[in-house]
Amino acid sequence: MPELAADSMLRDAATVVGKDLRLEWRSRVTLSQILPFALLVLILFAFALDPDRRILEEATPGLFWLAVLFSMLLAIQRAYAVETADGVIDALRLSDLDPAGIFLGKAAGIGLHLLVLEVALFAGVTVLYGATPRGYLLLVATMLLATAGLAAAGSLYGVLAAGLRVRDTLLPILMLPVVAPVLIAGTEAFSAAYAESSGDGWKWCGLLAAFSVLYLAIGIFAFEPLLEES
Amino acid sequence: MTSPPTGTGAGFMRLHPDGTASRGSRILGAVVLVSVVVFLFLALVASKPDESLDAQGQLVRIMYLHVPSAIACYTAFFVTAAASAMYLWKKTMGWDALAASSAEIGVIFVVITLLTGSIWGHTTWGTWWEWDPRLTSTALMFVMYLGYLALRRAIIDPVSRAKQSAVLGIIAIVNVPIVHFSVDWWRSLHQTATVASLDPKINGLRLLALFVGMIVALMLYVWLMMHRFRLAYAEAALEAKGLDLALAERRAEALADGGAVPASVEHEGVS
Repeated sequence: MPELAADSMLRDAATVVGKDLRLEWRSRVTLSQILPFALLVLILFAFALDPDRRILEEATPGLFWLAVLFSMLLAIQRAYAVETADGVIDALRLSDLDPAGIFLGKAAGIGLHLLVLEVALFAGVTVLYGATPRGYLLLVATMLLATAGLAAAGSLYGVLAAGLRVRDTLLPILMLPVVAPVLIAGTEAFSAAYAESSGDGWKWCGLLAAFSVLYLAIGIFAFEPLLEES
Repeated sequence: MTSPPTGTGAGFMRLHPDGTASRGSRILGAVVLVSVVVFLFLALVASKPDESLDAQGQLVRIMYLHVPSAIACYTAFFVTAAASAMYLWKKTMGWDALAASSAEIGVIFVVITLLTGSIWGHTTWGTWWEWDPRLTSTALMFVMYLGYLALRRAIIDPVSRAKQSAVLGIIAIVNVPIVHFSVDWWRSLHQTATVASLDPKINGLRLLALFVGMIVALMLYVWLMMHRFRLAYAEAALEAKGLDLALAERRAEALADGGAVPASVEHEGVS
């Protein structure tokens, strides 16, 4: 019965995301390692772009999403490092959890971590680059939609690379070309949110929404064969 | 070990001890060779340079190579996706070999597309690289398929490799239009000056040269595929054979050492 299948999928997703959040609460890897890295990237951008010439403020939307993409790679690697160490992945396969549920759970976990990073990065660009947004609604919508897309794609590509000896070097080359549309759309929507009028910003949000829905759908169907072989 | 002189398998799947050529591939190879000569004559000698209003001049000749390689690379990646889907359905190594071979040849055609596009841009725009939507999304597609090939190299177990790359081969083709659309949209918003794009108006002999170029590129793709596919298939067969040989050797060692095969070895299968 489809209703029951969807119910158990969501329940399994909640189990997985609960486990991931507990793990983070106890280990604090994202808060103590990835978050400082993200803020460090913001400082490094200033060295590269000369803070006195107002380039930073103009480039804020792009730099923000670039910093998100770099930290995202670390977050995905972390999310699957906890699954592959000590043969845990076998336990996950044998756990009788719905693979689609595991996918959604991992995606939700990555997404929540990303949101925390984005809030910190937003505070960072506001303080360090002096950028003040005008359209807060557009800003928040962009963050939520882009995060959903990045988390779905990240959960999918993360399991693809998980368990391989070369996962750390393989993941960026697999993921970054794929999420290039998120970087483009996120940057454009943010530019609109930082500008006087929101202009085309909502159109780019539409693209982000389409990307998220597509990758959530692909992940729900493709996760099972990938999990079996990782 | 004595191997049968005629190889194993039949038809397209034939494994020949001497190489990957067959009667069919030799005939096609000869046809491709002749066609390349005809194509070069049409593209470089017979057709006139473009003297129309927004004249490309002699530069139009790059088109006869650029457009056909772009079409060949899209064909190749589409074949990779279709073969990947077939693998997930049929689970036979032939489909996996087909997907892998096609992706590899597709990457070669992408490189030709990017290089010719860049050379064209150098003369037209004055820079080796302009953020033209088509060139930019093609560059992203190039990296995407490098990633596909990198994944194939990274997984050792043949079944696991086939399955994972099949999923990636399908996702990759879904990505192509998304990336293309978003890059296109991105550039259309930022259009500063009207830059000439890579599509001159062509007719007559120029159209013929372009058309022959497309046919040659697709024939070349098929010819390369015949060889590359047979090689990939032979590699897969060798991989499986190597495993069997290693198992047989271990058994023989056990027999030589102790005389009897220990129960654990006898029952240990590799699945």
